[in-house]
Amino acid sequence: MIIILFGIFLLALLVITALAIVRSDNLFAAVILTGIFSLLMAANFFLLDAADVALTEAAIGAGISTVLFLGALALTGEHERGGSQNRLVALGVVTVTTLIVIYATFDKPRFGDPDAPVHQHVGSWYLEKTPELVDIPNAVTAVLGSFRGYDTLGEVFVVLTAGIGVLFLLSARTAGRPEEFPVADDPDQGLRHYLVPRVVGRMLIPFIFLFGLYVQFHGDYGPGGGFQAGAIVAASVILYALLEGEARALRALPMRVLKWLVAGGALLYGGVGVASMLLGSNFLDYSVLASDPITGQHIGIILIELGVGITVTGVLLCVFHAFAARGRV
Amino acid sequence: MTMAIDILSWILLTAGGMFVFIGGLGALRMPNLYTRMHAASLTDTMGAVLVLGGIMLQAGATLATIKLAAILLFLLLTSPTASNALASAAILSGLQPKEGPVKPGGRTE
Amino acid sequence: MYYAVTIATLITMALALVRALLGPTIYDRLLAANMFGTKTVLLLSVVAFLYGRPDFLDLALVYALINFIGVIAVLEFIRERVDSDAAEKSAGE
Repeated sequence: MIIILFGIFLLALLVITALAIVRSDNLFAAVILTGIFSLLMAANFFLLDAADVALTEAAIGAGISTVLFLGALALTGEHERGGSQNRLVALGVVTVTTLIVIYATFDKPRFGDPDAPVHQHVGSWYLEKTPELVDIPNAVTAVLGSFRGYDTLGEVFVVLTAGIGVLFLLSARTAGRPEEFPVADDPDQGLRHYLVPRVVGRMLIPFIFLFGLYVQFHGDYGPGGGFQAGAIVAASVILYALLEGEARALRALPMRVLKWLVAGGALLYGGVGVASMLLGSNFLDYSVLASDPITGQHIGIILIELGVGITVTGVLLCVFHAFAARGRV
Repeated sequence: MTMAIDILSWILLTAGGMFVFIGGLGALRMPNLYTRMHAASLTDTMGAVLVLGGIMLQAGATLATIKLAAILLFLLLTSPTASNALASAAILSGLQPKEGPVKPGGRTE
Repeated sequence: MYYAVTIATLITMALALVRALLGPTIYDRLLAANMFGTKTVLLLSVVAFLYGRPDFLDLALVYALINFIGVIAVLEFIRERVDSDAAEKSAGE
């Protein structure tokens, strides 16, 4: 009961933050408040006992999104220009939509009700069959990786397409040299002269990377998986790029490697599907990947999560470099 | 024995909660950015040590204690560094403390 | 016993949010956001124990590592702007 009160308190803070984001005209402040918003959402998801979603929100929303927004702000101005004139029409549309949504919530089942439709049918089937067919403790990973493998394949391709789209839009300046972004090897780049952040940051980078690998492979047993791990590994490389400068980060992981990572992850995922077809069963049916169907499921889930993690890392790093390298001549 | 551990962790958790609350109050009521930074970062770190220490006593000798020790270690490393970086950024963009002008320091050639 | 700490942390999060909304400069807001981040780590750790699910501590660990990156990004952003302004001014003189 008291947990519900905590949840209501956090939701109230969320509404206040959202209003502040909309009303502020200094975009820098709006970016920082968006980081706080994302933290509140992660705490809310956590209180609702959805650990995988909370982990993804924390890794991507509060860490990487803030850095990408700041990179975009470095290229544009800091203050929002005046709003449009048609405020009343927009207010009317929003009010009508809100009233419709509130009316729709009157028919919702009670929070946590075991007879709710969402807990019948497929949901309970997945929970029953996971120990028998897939046998991993984290049912979310079983559903995401095995029972709904097609959906996750679609998600990986969406991430890949988003990365390709960003590279098309933001690489227009390097039309003559498609391989490298024009980055000068300036010795003053990055935070090299600020010793305290630099030393502590460099100490932390291998731990963040290692933790990303832990989250990747531990996704079967606890909250984790490919999306979260990709974001965490990308965060460690972004930290390196912030501390040592763009040029060194691009020398460590050049764009051609990143492009291979972006495509390679999706290729791995599709490859697992094709391999299971070649071994005589349907596309993405992992039971044929080993002599024992349950071991086959484990192998299949680990491989596709690895594919997801590789693509997400590559896309996030490509987007970061596309923003961060554009400001410099 | 478990009674002693319970009492000790109660004391640590309550002290940690008080520090955390004092930190929030200080960040709100102090007059200047730099004084607010004092309040926020010192009480952050101390409160984290006490609260996480209290929970570690409750967890006993399991994997959770090691994870909590890792969280504590990373908080101890990153929280003061973040305040340092924030102060460097503030001085770099010209916001001077009241006591007297400070050159854009923190930068060692 | 854990409820008291959770309530203290939630109240501090609300106070930090007020500072983030009020703070005249962006550094006040960033300070509040950083404080909010460490309080979220504490909240997640305590509530993970309250629920009796210690394997949720991974979230707190991720958060403790990633919170740091936002502040470093702001420092880099400010430094780059100041440096490029100084370079433009000295190129213009």
